[in-house]
Amino acid sequence: MNPNRDYYPKGEDLHRSLGRRYRSASIWQTLFFSALVIAILSLAALLYNVIDGAFGYVAFEYKNDPTEFSTKPLDALNKQELLDILKANLSSGAFTKLENEKPMDTRSKSVLYTLLLERLIQIDTKETWSMTDSIFRSAKIKAEVAEKYPEAKLEFRSWLTPVFLTTPMSSKAEFAGVRTAILGSLWMVGIALLFALPIGTGAAIYLQEYASKNFLNRIIQTNINNLAGVPSIVYGMLGLAIFVRALEPFTSGRLFGVTDSNGRTILSAGLTMGTLVLPLIIINAQEAIKSVPDSLRQAAFGVGATRWQTVWHHVLPNALPGILTGSILAVSRAIGETAPLIVVGASTFISIDPSGPFSKFTALPIQIFQWTTRAQSEFHSIAASAIIVLLILLLTLNAAAILLRNRVQKKY
Amino acid sequence: MNNINAPDIAIETKNLFIFYGSFAAVSEVNIKIEKQKVTAIIGPSGCGKSTLIRAFNRMNDFVPSSYVTGEILLQGQNLYGKNIDPVEVRRKIGMVFQKPNPFPKSIYENISWGAKINGFKGNMDELVEQSLRGAALWDEVKDKLKKSAYELSGGQQQRLCIARTIAIQPEIILMDEPASALDPISTLRIEELMQELKKNYTIIIVTHNMQQAARVSDYTAMMMLEKDGSRSGTVIEFSETKKIFTNPKDKRTEDYVTGRFG
Repeated sequence: MNPNRDYYPKGEDLHRSLGRRYRSASIWQTLFFSALVIAILSLAALLYNVIDGAFGYVAFEYKNDPTEFSTKPLDALNKQELLDILKANLSSGAFTKLENEKPMDTRSKSVLYTLLLERLIQIDTKETWSMTDSIFRSAKIKAEVAEKYPEAKLEFRSWLTPVFLTTPMSSKAEFAGVRTAILGSLWMVGIALLFALPIGTGAAIYLQEYASKNFLNRIIQTNINNLAGVPSIVYGMLGLAIFVRALEPFTSGRLFGVTDSNGRTILSAGLTMGTLVLPLIIINAQEAIKSVPDSLRQAAFGVGATRWQTVWHHVLPNALPGILTGSILAVSRAIGETAPLIVVGASTFISIDPSGPFSKFTALPIQIFQWTTRAQSEFHSIAASAIIVLLILLLTLNAAAILLRNRVQKKY
Repeated sequence: MNNINAPDIAIETKNLFIFYGSFAAVSEVNIKIEKQKVTAIIGPSGCGKSTLIRAFNRMNDFVPSSYVTGEILLQGQNLYGKNIDPVEVRRKIGMVFQKPNPFPKSIYENISWGAKINGFKGNMDELVEQSLRGAALWDEVKDKLKKSAYELSGGQQQRLCIARTIAIQPEIILMDEPASALDPISTLRIEELMQELKKNYTIIIVTHNMQQAARVSDYTAMMMLEKDGSRSGTVIEFSETKKIFTNPKDKRTEDYVTGRFG
């Protein structure tokens, strides 16, 4: 008989040893589960924190009495009445200017209402409260306001409104919006992807399919991997030196006949972001190309395909979903980066929409950063709203990329 | 034996060595493979059968650091000569792989792609039908040509790969253990197919299965590691299959085919 059989636990011993194994397994399982719970909790805390700031009570006073302009309550006015009030009370110069920006009768009622508040009545925000405070300490807040600001009105307000999305920057938090910043961010991400996706994919194809495994290529590979981890401010410095300064005739558009700008354009920012996400895209595309099975390449070579035909017809289509996943990561990274934009020279106050790659620009993170540094609490509220906008924008772009990926992922 | 360009010789190796770096995986192979016959390469695992068959259509080129000395002559022309384009070699010498590897495309495109990239100008529908008939697959797939090739069974996929290969009209078809991933019935169909195919093509097949070699092949090359301990494989005996299995000259061949080996 085989003596080794006696060395294994039997009967009671077997049960005890099994029990031990199950216990240690369940301890690990609990640990992993708590890791998940911690992750979800921190995410929830983050979201709560942002939403908490974007809604809540606000105490404000009218600088000019609304009854000076209208006998009706303000929210009962229709569009025509609003238009008439604006026409009657704004200086003709100011009215013409507004009319030139966008004809007044084509503007929506809520926009006209905002104009009335902004230009004529004028609002003076006294204090704002977070959503949690507003809900749970409502009575106390009301008493406090009645005592501190007897003249003030107290209103529960969402700082995130359609008007917030569609108006440009303003020096007054109540009337500031993120349209310029959203457009700036979209332009920038678009340019970054246009620049980095083809170059990154091309580089990945070369490294995976063509490059021989020699010393030089190994060094290049190592460098790409390391570049993905370089702090973003360094890319900002690079962008400043190369795109803003050295390539100024190009990035300012002077080569194309644009005269009124310097190198601190949306193009410079987009190219800087493109450089920043390039290693990310290369690495992801390489992984995607690597995951295309070799048997497929052999099948193509076996029927007399050249290397390029194999890559173009088989490797790339099958790697495309993975490459798009990489571009999702790239978009997420690019849209949230702030530091390089500060270095490259994003404008912190700009109320004109970007009209092309040679415009001056601002971006959402810049706007958020700028607002959070202000002392007045209403700016913190619009910063919170802008963060929500940024998150939604990010999720939308990712969803678009995922839809695109699912489309190209043929079920073969 | 001495007439290199004898009309019945499809491909011939002359003092062929195949190296991976400094390691000679296959050494000193001299065989002449006859036209329109099935030639089987048998031998134990790791003796270089696949390496040898992949040398015939230069698939080993994709293994970094691999190189070849000696000659492989196709119609008197060295496949490893200076002015030879490996793509052209693979166009003339098709290959069927161990695991069925159809393209992740429709059945139709699996056949038409190879033809298209090689500049086929004839009627594509006809070519697809002929190729599928040639691979004894037409009746099973004629109603679902637009369906994905991945919907076929393993055996059907392998026959599709054969159809794909004959669509580009090669002179020689290499088969690297084409039935090793298939069940006995699919294996039988592939074997029957090979008997059909050899009317028009020269077939070289690597197989682990000695019964298969005995059933399908006209000639058999017996490969074995060299006795000197260099871990290098070589052809120790090459002759008619009947002879190899009934009256082998080499003691090692006899041991192997009678199952006394390993």
